[in-house]
Amino acid sequence: MIRVEKLVRKFKNMTAVRGISFNVDRGEVFGFLGPNGAGKSTTIKMLATLLKPTSGRALINGYDVVRQQDRVRRSIGMVFQDPSLDERLTARENLYFHAMLYNVESRLFKRRMHEVLEMVELSGRAGDLVRHFSGGMKRRLEIARGFLHYPKVLFLDEPTVGLDPQTRKKIWEYIHVLREREDITIFMTTHYMEEAENCHRIAIIDHGEIVVEDTPANLKKMVGGDVITISAGNNQSVMDKLAERFGLRAVVSGRGLKVEVEQGEAFIPVLIREMGEDIASVTVQKPTLDDVFLKLTGREIREENVSTLDRRRVFARRRLHR
Amino acid sequence: MTYLRAVYTIWLRDVIRFFREKTRILGMLGQPLLYLLIMGNGLASTFKIPGAPPGFSYIHFIYPGIIGMSVLFTAIHSAISIVWDREFGFLKEVLVAPVPRWTVAVGKALGGSTVAMLQGSILLLLAPLIGVSLSALTVLKLLGVLLVIAFAITSLGITIASRMESMEGFQVIMNFLIMPLFFLSGAMFPLRGVSSWMETLMRLDPLTYGVDALRNIMYRGTPLGDYLVQFPLGTDLLVISAMALLFVGAGTIAFNRRE
Repeated sequence: MIRVEKLVRKFKNMTAVRGISFNVDRGEVFGFLGPNGAGKSTTIKMLATLLKPTSGRALINGYDVVRQQDRVRRSIGMVFQDPSLDERLTARENLYFHAMLYNVESRLFKRRMHEVLEMVELSGRAGDLVRHFSGGMKRRLEIARGFLHYPKVLFLDEPTVGLDPQTRKKIWEYIHVLREREDITIFMTTHYMEEAENCHRIAIIDHGEIVVEDTPANLKKMVGGDVITISAGNNQSVMDKLAERFGLRAVVSGRGLKVEVEQGEAFIPVLIREMGEDIASVTVQKPTLDDVFLKLTGREIREENVSTLDRRRVFARRRLHR
Repeated sequence: MTYLRAVYTIWLRDVIRFFREKTRILGMLGQPLLYLLIMGNGLASTFKIPGAPPGFSYIHFIYPGIIGMSVLFTAIHSAISIVWDREFGFLKEVLVAPVPRWTVAVGKALGGSTVAMLQGSILLLLAPLIGVSLSALTVLKLLGVLLVIAFAITSLGITIASRMESMEGFQVIMNFLIMPLFFLSGAMFPLRGVSSWMETLMRLDPLTYGVDALRNIMYRGTPLGDYLVQFPLGTDLLVISAMALLFVGAGTIAFNRRE
């Protein structure tokens, strides 16, 4: 559904995207994960025909993003990183203008509008001005709008940036339901690790290049198994027993013991059965994509930068949408 | 057909937005009234044009000028809203839609012209108060001219706005382009009797011909006519039509070039 070959984009004094290639199958959710400035938004803009590639090729739904712009645009829906609704129009009007621009027949539009608004639970607010909506509601409306014209591919550029965790979770529920029902391919960018786990496959991008591309589960395997933390009365005896019975090497960490196993949840019952009387408590920690990123690039995903940027963005939204 | 639909959509959005902004409507009515009633009346007593025919009042002179002015400002404001659209992100939504960029530029130009024309027609309703009698046909002709002027100016504004990244540049555009266009158009004072460099500039200002066209239609054939009108109506119409075509072309190209 999406085919990208050696895509490059140079700006005046920097190369934002350095020859990336990947394919996305129909119905797949494919994610670009990386810090700010890694080239995610530049890539998405090129795929959505908003920016011309310096070299390389990209096909969306079989159409070339440079030579068949119009067909590409007909095939895609877009949810931008920053809000793109007309605040002085009502939700219904925003959807109506979208339908007009995408040539959705007016009878079909009425049905479709109810459908998508219901999906994102905004049916009751169709006639209200968008400027009175909360950040989460606006985001939901934008996602509904992205789906309105039955796109084959939906682009989500940082779909839940700056939203609170509950809203974020809710928005992902909507996206998954809509995707399954309409067999839509989704390409998204994010710098939230937990959000990337909604994808079937992830490409980690850094400095304009794809560092690795795999399923979230496989990527996590790269950093090793689950970490189990055990607190016990007698650390030394537990360590000895672990080595003797399971061949595991535990390390002392703080007051407890840490040991790495492949399948954390499956190991716990065994551990309890074998040496339950020695153990006070057990916790399992799964590796996150943060760990993957750290391992592959030697850097954190620059959480600090990310959160200041988010805060600024949230602030900007509030200011713009008073 | 799809193109028309796209143009219509962009136009409709501008018109709906306009009617929703009550303060903008008020401002739009207030400013020209202020100019007309206060400036017009205030200056009328001191402002004498040498050799003016009896019965002439400055307000007769300034009335078409004020109409031209309000059309100019309204049209520019509508066009500059593109910068807002960019800042608020709505422009992206339009630019990624499967419609050619020129339909967006033309739709926007028509939207701005419609709003500007509305303002012009409201001012035309004041004609009896000024002591100018207009027949229905004259009003129609005037509206036609206003439409062409408004379309040209909005297109000019679009050309500028498509290059502007923020609202901060707007004041500069106002001071160095729009105000000179307005002052040199002969809306407030007549062309004759000014120094020759200024006369040259006035002749280069396309808006001069727009204002003159309005005076032509309003006063031609009355005693005031010969005195107030400077060019033949044909010249006026030619210049403003050429201006409209030129600017809408420029606006479309500027819009297309945006990446």
